[in-house]
Amino acid sequence: MKRLIAILAQAATIAVVSAGAAHADRGSDGHLNILYWQAVSILNPFLSGGNKDVHGASLVIEPLASYDEAGNIVPALAAEIPTPANGGVAKDLKSITWKIKPDLKWSDGTPFTAHDVVFTAQYCMHPDGGCQQAAKFTDVEKVEAVDDLTVKVTFSVTKPFPYGPFVGSESPIIQKAQFQGCLGPKAPECTEQNFHPIGTGPFAVTEFRANDVVSLKANPQYRDPAKPAFATVTLKGGGDAASAARAVLETGEFDYAWSLLVEPEILEQMVAAGRGTLATAFGPSVEYIEVNLSDPSPAKGALRSTREGGPHPFLTDPAVRRALSMAIDRQAIVEVGYGPAGKPTCNLLSAPEIYASTANDWCLKQDIDGANRLLDEAGWVRGSDGVRAKDGVRLSLLYQTATNSVRQGTQALVKDMWSQIGMETELRNVDAAVFFGGDPGSPDTAHKFYADVQMYTNNFPGTDPERYLSYWHCDEIPTPANNWLGNNMQRFCSDEYDALVAEMAQTADLAARAETAKRMNDVLVGQGIIIPLVHRGSMSAHSLTLEGVRMNAWDSELWNAADWTRRK
Amino acid sequence: MLNYTLRRLAFAVPTLLVISFIIFALLDLAPNDPTGNLPLTIPPEVREEIRRSLGLGEAFPIRYLKWLQQFMVNEPLNLIERILGIEIGNSAERLRVRSWVTRSPVVDLVVERLPQTLLVVGMGYVAGILIALPIGVVSAYRQYSWFDQIGTFVSMVGFSVPTFFTGVLLIVIFSVHLGWFPSIYDTMHQVTHLPSFWVQVRQMVLPVAVLGLYNAAQLSRFVRASMLDNLGQDYVRTARAKGMRERVVLFIHVLRNSLVPVVTVIALGIPTVFSGAIITEQIFRVNGLGQLLITAIQGADIPLVQTLTFIFAVLIVFFNLIADLLYGMLDPRIRYE
Repeated sequence: MKRLIAILAQAATIAVVSAGAAHADRGSDGHLNILYWQAVSILNPFLSGGNKDVHGASLVIEPLASYDEAGNIVPALAAEIPTPANGGVAKDLKSITWKIKPDLKWSDGTPFTAHDVVFTAQYCMHPDGGCQQAAKFTDVEKVEAVDDLTVKVTFSVTKPFPYGPFVGSESPIIQKAQFQGCLGPKAPECTEQNFHPIGTGPFAVTEFRANDVVSLKANPQYRDPAKPAFATVTLKGGGDAASAARAVLETGEFDYAWSLLVEPEILEQMVAAGRGTLATAFGPSVEYIEVNLSDPSPAKGALRSTREGGPHPFLTDPAVRRALSMAIDRQAIVEVGYGPAGKPTCNLLSAPEIYASTANDWCLKQDIDGANRLLDEAGWVRGSDGVRAKDGVRLSLLYQTATNSVRQGTQALVKDMWSQIGMETELRNVDAAVFFGGDPGSPDTAHKFYADVQMYTNNFPGTDPERYLSYWHCDEIPTPANNWLGNNMQRFCSDEYDALVAEMAQTADLAARAETAKRMNDVLVGQGIIIPLVHRGSMSAHSLTLEGVRMNAWDSELWNAADWTRRK
Repeated sequence: MLNYTLRRLAFAVPTLLVISFIIFALLDLAPNDPTGNLPLTIPPEVREEIRRSLGLGEAFPIRYLKWLQQFMVNEPLNLIERILGIEIGNSAERLRVRSWVTRSPVVDLVVERLPQTLLVVGMGYVAGILIALPIGVVSAYRQYSWFDQIGTFVSMVGFSVPTFFTGVLLIVIFSVHLGWFPSIYDTMHQVTHLPSFWVQVRQMVLPVAVLGLYNAAQLSRFVRASMLDNLGQDYVRTARAKGMRERVVLFIHVLRNSLVPVVTVIALGIPTVFSGAIITEQIFRVNGLGQLLITAIQGADIPLVQTLTFIFAVLIVFFNLIADLLYGMLDPRIRYE
């Protein structure tokens, strides 16, 4: 009995201690080791669009509002989220007014004011600055400080979703006093500022080595006096994803490792070592195949893969596009290449939840017989070589994607599935920097689309798909005339869809927007313009002793590092 | 000799100019785009702005001359200023070669990376030499003995097994299973007292072992072959006939003569120390010059790749000269006139 009491007493002490740990003092949990296998190059997200850089900077500089792990907008430096209901968003949907939390301080002790926010907008909107987050400030007419704690953003058009500027870690606030000499062409020359930004976030930079390591310490001016729990942070970079996973899951040298694009079975083995765990989050990223509606044949010369060059010989047949989608076993692709970081999907918009349509769920089940029947009915007859043809046109595809072992694995699987419905597939892969690079001089870009189908992952920033869905407007078709700029790689052009794009731009109510978005998704997927394959999640690993990680696909993964603690 | 050295140095200038042009042109003409690795969410208009802000709007010859001036004139001036702590002219306005990804001056990045590369890769080279010499000498002296057989086997293994395999193997054994050494190199670690020196030694063990094995495998073959050549020479028989002790014959007569070609090979290999060990640095995250080069290539950071490649070219030309001169000094029969 005595022993039992002793054990109970001990348990009680532990409970008290661990409860105490949750409200620990600033810096009481020692050192935090974070590993990014792509090293941080610069701590100014306006000069780098790379996720690694945005995440690294998010420990130091903060936006007015962030996205939480469910995709909701939550206040960071702002006192509350402006909405039409609380009067923060104007009735004509052309301006938004942000209220800033009072008494905020930069890590150097100076007060944070609305003028810093105004300056940030000037910095990014400067025409010669090469700001990589300029898209966040699309249609912004002016940003002004109403008083020290109020900022008003005015748009030149109606903005039903006005949460572009200053929301999310891609658009944080930089200090005016520090950056005022760095406007426009001077921006890249401010190495000291770009490497050691002064911020309001939980940590402050102590040392920065580009493409190698960032050392940080707890920000003494952070608005919550009890946070962050960690006194110092090392954000190390370099190496590859598999060894990063090993450093957390097997050797335990690091507490957190980012973006583990590693074969599922290898990760499983590492997790079995019992030191760490995997965290996944599903955001807007979807791996899909897109079909070329224009003719990519080299015989077309300069008109190759343009609408002027004429329609595609067989991909304009809806039955063929439908059959391509029906023949794919998405579950197999996920199991082989993605593991817990992927889910089969039939939607271009797979997340957030409210935008996910259910109209196309037929595609989740592979249907080879159905696909064959569909092609038979459409008059595509198998020849002696097993490849279907009609009127001298053979169903022979060139299927291109970026070089990446998972993608090449998927290509091989899909080729096999398509061969079962009498399609011949030739595979091709292009270096990612060239494929996505959009160099008008290169014939191998995704924009030129000199192939019949191509595959990659696309996504959109934040949670609002309006801009993303407008990619498939007729005006977005890349052509030689616009230097192959544009996002409508399929060369898809329909009045019905363009009308939906216009409707979306005028709809403010969230439920109505979701309804329109679903209809747009169903047009693209239902007509087989886009063949979705995998809803891709981001996956990171963290040590079992690290608590408070809320894996986030909508914002920086390190968005709530202020709340992370060490289990005692 | 002095005359020869001067002539060689003078000849190096046009050589390097040609090399610089080839490097610049090759990288410039290659299909590559600095915005290629950016997320797809960045719209094309913004990409165009970024390219323009990186100076890609200008014509090729102008960009080449600008780079040449920045690299040949501005950067050396900056280095001198930094070392001497003085200011020459208007240094704030001087254009510098800037990385497209980090936006910082390339030379600063190189200077930041040199210590760990020289320490780890350099140590790997030194360790390789120290292992290779005795193995080569004994293997040759006792040719076809069990020691020679084992030495041949080990060097064949070291030579043919790639470092990305040995590196990961050592990590799995010594970091994952035994937990003796860290698998990740801490470039910020400062050696201030004995325990921190010990930490530094521990984190260097694995990468140095990988590189040491690889370098030793190559060098020990050279030493062995060169020793064998000399052991059969007439002067060895003469020395023995004079009644010299075997130790003197081996170490004074044979070894010294055998080292002449080996020293040249070692000198020619020194630039590879500076260029880093790309794979080994990646595996252990030493993040030295090799890792800098590979991330620059992956990120299409052309100015960084151009500058690094050119620095390596300069080092190779320079150490070729050193090797030639050393050869002349070690072997008095050789005269460059």
